[in-house]
Amino acid sequence: MASFKIGKVIIRNLFRKPATLMYPAVPRKWRELTRGHIEVRMEACILCGICAKKCPTGAITVDRGAKTWAIERMQCVQCSCCVEYCPKKCLINRNEYTAPETRKIRESFEKPAELDGI
Amino acid sequence: MSKRTVIPFGPQHPVLPEPVHLDLVIEDEKVVEAVPSIGFVHRGLEKLVEKREFPEMVYVIERICGICSFGHGWGYCRSVEGNMSIEIPDRAQFLRTIWHELSRIHSHLMWLGLLADAFGFESLFMHCWRVRETILDIFEETTGGRVIFSVCKVGGVRRDIDGEELKRIVDILAKLKDEIKKLADVFFDDYSVRNRLCGVGYLSKEDAKELCAVGPMARASGIRQDMRLDGHGAYPYLDFEPVLEEGGDSYARCKVRIREVFQSIELIAKAVKRIPVGEISAPVKGNPSGEFIARMEQPRGEAYYYSKGSGSKFLARMRVRTPTNMNIPAMVKTLQGCDLADVPMLILTIDPCISCTER
Repeated sequence: MASFKIGKVIIRNLFRKPATLMYPAVPRKWRELTRGHIEVRMEACILCGICAKKCPTGAITVDRGAKTWAIERMQCVQCSCCVEYCPKKCLINRNEYTAPETRKIRESFEKPAELDGI
Repeated sequence: MSKRTVIPFGPQHPVLPEPVHLDLVIEDEKVVEAVPSIGFVHRGLEKLVEKREFPEMVYVIERICGICSFGHGWGYCRSVEGNMSIEIPDRAQFLRTIWHELSRIHSHLMWLGLLADAFGFESLFMHCWRVRETILDIFEETTGGRVIFSVCKVGGVRRDIDGEELKRIVDILAKLKDEIKKLADVFFDDYSVRNRLCGVGYLSKEDAKELCAVGPMARASGIRQDMRLDGHGAYPYLDFEPVLEEGGDSYARCKVRIREVFQSIELIAKAVKRIPVGEISAPVKGNPSGEFIARMEQPRGEAYYYSKGSGSKFLARMRVRTPTNMNIPAMVKTLQGCDLADVPMLILTIDPCISCTER
């Protein structure tokens, strides 16, 4: 009887799809709420620095003099704390994770010059 | 009397990637004494309360542990909410309970997989983790994170789950129940599994009580101790009775956890049926200034959260005591007199989380 049981399992397993995703042939589906990485819309940013102050890991640096908004990608833990506190709602949480890297990256964004004076 | 030898075990060892070190005093093949030492991954998170404002500290506290992250966040929020006398809306309490019970299912399934791996049943390990993946998908859909959810905040929760989504979760869990039943049958009835678990690492009820064992470890020795009984969250509305086993051995601990998985599925179904409509968070005004202790039942056992406010945005003191901390004396007791080959498995039966313990 036991061999019948095992036989059934073996046949089922031979014809069943694998439980894992065949990545990268099949791309990973992102859910609507997935917290992947932070994106900034610099044209709306007023460089208030609340995001930098509230960030639990201190990944964000806002330089009002140089008019830049910078993020340490490796330090960011995707908690969405900055998105929640942003008064202008110019920070957005995107679904895709950032690509793996071998060194620490700091991405810096500059405020467009024509929109100065806000 | 045969010669005694000391064998160092860990911090890197074959059971789990958690750094716990044991000095095993061996006589022939039997362990006579085990001396544990921890402290390899101390991060000093408790000190951070002086630098992070109390609402943002939730994100840090959640990262104490990747498995019971929601429970840590909830425990911290409860201690701060108690400190500030904030009334949490009922819907938020139910949502917190649902997420916490889902965490319990995922934690226990992970543990079952690791246990299977520890006694060399690789395919059972894979199946446990395959089933667990469904729970992680539910987390990602409802909170946005697979491991760290960041949905719990002081005053309530950040996200709501709508009625349809809740029903869908219950349906998924009902299907999952059949799959877990199949796995449970292997753990309960398989000859080889029983051979490795039955009678191994016996902890009597008296010892469990004396050594302050918590969680499934205590419940497997017949102690009715479960912090969910203290009436927090939505548990008072769910007619809840903790799972108890009398065996006290590894098999009983395994049984308690499997039965708790089924119990959690039932609790979630009940919570979804009884969840009220309304607000999901209460406004937070002012700063904490008192002292408060909150106790939570994490998947691994009782955890304790203490917070002391300073009247400012920064807490004066924060303390977390995790279940593994309390279970280490019980683990050392079960190790005495066991076979050397059973040591990895016995360490695993307390479901150790060293990164929790050291914070």
